[in-house]
Formats: sequence, C-alpha cells, structure tokens
Amino acid sequence: MIQTVEQFDAYVAAEKKIEPKDWMPDGYRKTLIRQISQHAHSEVVGMLPEGNWITRAPSLQRKAILLAKVQDEAGHGLYLYSAAETLGVERSDLVDDLLSGKAKYSSIFNYPVLTWADIGAIGWLVDGAAILNQVPLCRCSYGPYSRSMIRVCKEESFHQRQGYSIMVELMKGNEAQREMAQDALNRWWWPSLMMFGPSDKDSEHSSQNMKWKIKRFTNDELRQRMVDMTVPQAECIGLKMPDKELKWNDETGHHDFGEIDWDEFYNVLAGNGPCNEERLAVRNKAHDDGAWVREAAVAYADKKKKTKG
Amino acid sequence: MSDTKNNWPLWEVFIRSKQGLGHKHVGSLHASDAEMAIGNARDVYTRRQEGVSIWVVPSESISASSPKDSEALFDPANDKVYRHPTFFVLPDEVNHM
Ligand SMILES: [Fe+2]
Ligand SMILES: [Fe+2]
Ligand SMILES: [Fe+2]
Repeated sequence: MIQTVEQFDAYVAAEKKIEPKDWMPDGYRKTLIRQISQHAHSEVVGMLPEGNWITRAPSLQRKAILLAKVQDEAGHGLYLYSAAETLGVERSDLVDDLLSGKAKYSSIFNYPVLTWADIGAIGWLVDGAAILNQVPLCRCSYGPYSRSMIRVCKEESFHQRQGYSIMVELMKGNEAQREMAQDALNRWWWPSLMMFGPSDKDSEHSSQNMKWKIKRFTNDELRQRMVDMTVPQAECIGLKMPDKELKWNDETGHHDFGEIDWDEFYNVLAGNGPCNEERLAVRNKAHDDGAWVREAAVAYADKKKKTKG
Repeated sequence: MSDTKNNWPLWEVFIRSKQGLGHKHVGSLHASDAEMAIGNARDVYTRRQEGVSIWVVPSESISASSPKDSEALFDPANDKVYRHPTFFVLPDEVNHM
C-alpha cells in the first residue's frame, strides 16, 4: 500500500498504475485534474469548428463521415470528464470553468475554419498532432486516464485518415481545388505545430510530469515527429510545406524547420485568438439552450420515482 | 450557465462485448434515470459495435474495498502456492495430469 511520496515515486517509477482510491501526492492529483479536464474541454470545443461544416459537406457520404467524427469527439470529451471525476472533482464544476472562460482548452480551436479544405487540414494535421500527443498518454501512470486514452486513440486514426483523404481528393481536382487545399495547409500548419506546447526550454511542467509518468516525451521531441511524419504525406499529394527553412538533415536524420511565431502562440493562449470569444459564446449558448431539456429530464425522473414509490 | 449545479446522478457503465463474455467496466456517465443512462451509454461507449449488452449502476450503490485493506484481503493467498498445479512435481513417466 502506498502511504508516502517515496513509496509513490518508487511505485510509479516501476511502471505500475495508480488507481482512484490509491494515495497520491496533491500535486499529482492537481496536475491530472487540470490536464484531463483541459483535454476534455478541448474535445468538446473541438466539435464547434467542424460541426459548423456538417451541413455544408460536399456529399452525403462526407456529411455522414464528418458527423461520425464530430460525434466521436463528443465521446472523447465524455470519456475524459469521466476520468477526471475519479479524482474527486464534480463534472458541473469543470463545465462551469469552461463556460466562464476560467479553464483552458487547446488553442488550435481558436482559429477560423474558412473552407471545406480546412476540414481536410484539421483531420489530417490537428487530429494527426493529437494522435502524437495522445499515444504516449495511453501509458500514463494514472489508470483511468490511460484507459480513456486507449479508447480515444483507437478512434483517432479514422479522424486523421478522413481528413487526409479530403486533401487527396482536392489535390486530384481542378486548379481552384488544389489552391484551396494548399491555402488550408498554409494556414493550419504552424498552429498545428504549436499544439505541442512551448519549446522545451520554456516548458514549466515538463520534468515533474516526466517523473510522474504523465508525460513521456518532450514537446520538442513530439513536434519533430510531427514534422517528419507530415512532410512526406504532403509531398506525396503535391502540397508544399509553408516553411522556407524546412529541409532534410542527413546528420540528425530529421527535418530542420523554421522557428514558430511564439508571440502568436502566447497571444492566442491569452485569449486573443481570432475565435476565442466566438467559441465560448457558442458553447455558452448551446449550454443555456439545453437548460430546459436538463430540467425536464430531472422532473420526469422525479415523477417516475414518485409514482413507483 | 446557472443550473449546472443541478447534477444528474453518476452511473457506472458495464458492457458485454460479445455473448459468452462477462460485463466489463468501461467508465461512467451522468444521466437523470436508468433509461437515459442506457441510452447515453450506447452513444458514448458502443459507437463501434463494442457491445451487445449494457449494465448501468448508480455509482453511489457500489461498495468498494479500500487499498488500506488490500494486505488483509489479498496477501493471505501469497503463501498458498500449493493451490497452483505447478507446485507438485510429477514423476518423469507421467506426462499429462
Ligand atoms: Fe478527439
Ligand atoms: Fe483529442
Ligand atoms: Fe479526433
């Protein structure tokens, strides 16, 4: 049985899993609550930009696929809220923090989705980056988080492939369609690289989270993977990466790439991105519009209980 | 944003993935009653044919053992290795038992 920090550290270092009722350091609990709930919020807010395009999908099949993808994201949010609750927080408090703007969610969803090609770029790049972030989390030391990430990862590769296939199709199309695909890549590439967080030299939580086996790879390691993974996929369908400094480095066996605009990163993070306000407003409206449904469900459940008892 | 405090109860969800297997815990969700809990469980946990049967149980109805008691509960089995067949060495001539 774990009772002290030393026992906890040794247990985690031996790759054993922590379960909800086990003793854990306060910092570990707080870090997980913050990370898992932010992750849940990101899945939920992530539905907004894509959900907007369901009615404008170019075919019935594309519409059905996008609908299924967005429904998966709702599921991801729910798996994650469920995991967060095992740490002793109330779901309603987490939701309130999202709605009031107190809690963070992934900045990537604060960029606008301007064309159908953006839906392709999001699946390919945003879900692609999410997969790179999430696969190591399947081995997270906290059991409920690890189990929900395993479910999520099983579903994500469909998301990435449906996005890439939109790009493939556009690149087989006419001049205007190819331009649309290239334009989407140009706008989504850098924000996707920002999804891995600040550069290692500026990352506050990294080393403790590594020790706790919440994090397995540094932000910069994962970002490098994203670059190496994406470049050949883009080349293969005739897309040009929007980075003049990008080139293969024989010595390192990786691509060198340009510097991220960190001012933009911190600015969007601080709430000044193109869509921060709109996303929260839409989320709040959806929540408020659903109030009567929640009330009616409770009234109905109460009435059934009374007639039974 | 006013009424989120009006929390629906929490339910634990168990799914039988196919006939012949037991129900397995997959997670939890909120719902106003059992019927809604089953409906939500279907949408949240069986979008890809992961289940053929669903149980939902109010989380507050579950009694769980505590990690504090795990030594008392589970350690006594430690020194009873003779419960495993490999404890017994068979004569060379006997191949299967
Ligand atoms: Fe997701
Ligand atoms: Fe995700
Ligand atoms: Fe996804």
